Amino acid sequence: MASISDYTQQLAELRPKLVTFTMLQIPDRNYAEDLVQDSIIAAIESIEKYEGKAAFETWVYSILKYKLIDYIRHKKREQERFVSDENDVDIDSFFNKKAHWNADDTPQQWHNPEELHLRTHFWEVFDFCLLHLPSNTARVFALRELMEMETEEICDSLGISEQNCWTILHRARLKLRSCLERGWFLKTGESV
Amino acid sequence: MKSCVQATYLMSKQLDTQLTLLEKMSLRMHLFMCGNCNLCNDQLTTMHDLCSQRITDIHLKGRDKE
Repeated sequence: MASISDYTQQLAELRPKLVTFTMLQIPDRNYAEDLVQDSIIAAIESIEKYEGKAAFETWVYSILKYKLIDYIRHKKREQERFVSDENDVDIDSFFNKKAHWNADDTPQQWHNPEELHLRTHFWEVFDFCLLHLPSNTARVFALRELMEMETEEICDSLGISEQNCWTILHRARLKLRSCLERGWFLKTGESV
Repeated sequence: MKSCVQATYLMSKQLDTQLTLLEKMSLRMHLFMCGNCNLCNDQLTTMHDLCSQRITDIHLKGRDKE
């Protein structure tokens, strides 16, 4: 059984990752760091509740996830309506007038990152692509795919319709697809 | 369904919810005819699967260092 000081050490090492993860949701670095700090304190305070069933990191992430969801719900109450990113460069640019793929944008064959060291690099490119999406689009995507919330929950916390949510996710996925293809998949293909 | 835009919308939506029978059929028809959309469908699924592996990866990487 690991001791408290082992866990504290692990938490310290995990911290930068937690901050990066949080910043996908909350672009304000100071605020993101505060929230991570809160989660780390919560983890230390409830360390005896950690039963060792899930991996320690996964358990810490689940604490952070609840803090983030709370934050988003609170934010919704206190302020503005969620605004879709309208002046988002539209995914229409991937398609021609007949709504078929443009020659320059047709999907190419991918070499999937099967090994961990490849995926580590893949995640760097992925985060770059995600951070370059319009912020509200990135937020909905991160809630759905990284925090694994259902679209119903997302709509509820952000006060948008489910229809709207699917539209935002559609845009996010096509843009990420294109960015990942250019930034990662084609380059890896070249070096294999 | 003739439009690739509409087809990509449905392939994205099916990662979030159950499609209606009509939606399923029109997506299947489109994928049957369109190689580009077929590839896109595989890739969106790959992205979805990779994302659910993210936290495990962070964990594995931490263990690698030890």
